[in-house]
Amino acid sequence: MIRALALVVALALPAAANEVIVSGMSQNRVSITADFDGSEILIYGAVKREAPPPDGGPLEVIVTVEGPSTPVAVRRKDRVAGIWVNNASVHVDSAPSFYAVATTGPLNHILSDIDNLRYGITIERVIRAIGIAAEADKAGEFVLALLRVRTNEGRYRILEGKVELTEDTLFRTDVVLPSNLTEGEYKVRLFLLRDKRVVASQERVIGVRKEGLERFIFNLAQQQPLIYGLVSLVLAAVAGWGASAAFRLIRT
Amino acid sequence: MQLYLPIAEVSVNAFLILGLGGIVGFLSGMFGVGGGFLITPLLFFIGVPPAVAVATGANQVVASSVSGVLAQLRRKGVDFQMGTVLLFAGIAGSAIGVWVFSIMTRLGQVDLFVQLSYVIFLGLIGAMMLQESLRSLMRSRKPGGAPIRRAHVHSWVHGLPFKMKFRASGLYISVIPPALIGAAVGFLAAIMGVGGGFILVPAMIYLLGMPTKVVIGTSLFQIIFVSAFTTIMHAVTSQTVDMMLALLLILGGVIGAQIGTRVGVRLKAEQLRILLSLLVLTVSLRIAADLLVTPDELYSVAPGVLP
Repeated sequence: MIRALALVVALALPAAANEVIVSGMSQNRVSITADFDGSEILIYGAVKREAPPPDGGPLEVIVTVEGPSTPVAVRRKDRVAGIWVNNASVHVDSAPSFYAVATTGPLNHILSDIDNLRYGITIERVIRAIGIAAEADKAGEFVLALLRVRTNEGRYRILEGKVELTEDTLFRTDVVLPSNLTEGEYKVRLFLLRDKRVVASQERVIGVRKEGLERFIFNLAQQQPLIYGLVSLVLAAVAGWGASAAFRLIRT
Repeated sequence: MQLYLPIAEVSVNAFLILGLGGIVGFLSGMFGVGGGFLITPLLFFIGVPPAVAVATGANQVVASSVSGVLAQLRRKGVDFQMGTVLLFAGIAGSAIGVWVFSIMTRLGQVDLFVQLSYVIFLGLIGAMMLQESLRSLMRSRKPGGAPIRRAHVHSWVHGLPFKMKFRASGLYISVIPPALIGAAVGFLAAIMGVGGGFILVPAMIYLLGMPTKVVIGTSLFQIIFVSAFTTIMHAVTSQTVDMMLALLLILGGVIGAQIGTRVGVRLKAEQLRILLSLLVLTVSLRIAADLLVTPDELYSVAPGVLP
């Protein structure tokens, strides 16, 4: 029985499973309220070992934070008859609204291509763009453009060397969530690596939700659009009339 | 003070939005335009998604127009008969515009279509107004005084059937020209996401020959209803009206509109027209530049559903 259990554990965990992640986060939910202006999340943890650290390369840590994914359209402008117009477009099946990768060192030094592909760690491996080659010439450039545009917007971040690792045991990193957050579940993944191979991983979730007034307005707009539209108009008319009346009072 | 907008899903500076609303409100009160053609591009500029900017702009226009029309009402500056004719024709035109807009959306060229309409209509009307008002300013400055302006210039317009008395405007003309103008404005308003005042005001002055006194109030009257119709359409079909953003814009806007109306009364009609035409031309050139200058980033990313 014990042997069978040990076998299951050995199969379920990656190779060299004598190192396990124990982690925590400064908060596991983010409330978007009216004064929300971005949020900083501390992700920390330790490496638990039953035996002394194995031989081999030094321990490295990668932390990823991934926002909810949506399909996106990437469009390219071309000059047609002297003016710039959207000409070619490509539809990407799924791209995260936010993605941050924090590491202890340069990604190409600590992570092998095979494990990157297997675990989907860098942003290029997270975006799903299947079958775009048929949609436009040089479809690959559209994906590069998507990365570039979102990196410039601060939505995609590579934070190489931003994970602090102490005594091969304790690690911590800060990930800044921008103010233009989308609601949803943000997936946090932690990887331990040795010799460019993933030796342990863990997944956690941060819930990002609108709260209070933000929640109320959003729900009303989604669930009762006609009432919401009418309320908006009444507010507008009352504000217009109110200001007019107030000004008359001031003048007399 | 940063404020997170629930529908637009961006965090903005509340005072910046209040200020924007105030400036646009001031101009709308002064010129009798709804201000949609200013507020929508300004909102794009501060990072509000275009769909939300267009819909929320329409909502703001309702408030500043209500505020403006009340001020005009006390000056007896609203021709309700003319306003009603323009309004019904406007809603019909707007319905056609929404239909054309949906066709362009399906073809994937709605951005270009909107930009080109802005450039063409704002450019044309701005240039026409500027030329006309400069000429009349020159004439009035010439020694010997301005030529006598006749109250009624009879043209082919007066030969059309279905004549109707517009008491407040002092006109006895066929309903066909105002109806056509109303429909055209409603159509353009739906396509460009604006109230349409910048087209309506010159059309009433130059095409219908209405006295300047009633032009602003009457156009505001028509704009209230056309933009209210637009707001509801957007709220129901795409849920893109941001109440929080609208309230901030309105708060700044209604105050600006009150001040603007008072300043507008003090300025001479010619000066007012020159200023408005310059403003319209500036917006038109700004949008034209976007189409002509090579953009820094050729690619754009839009979240959306798969076709």
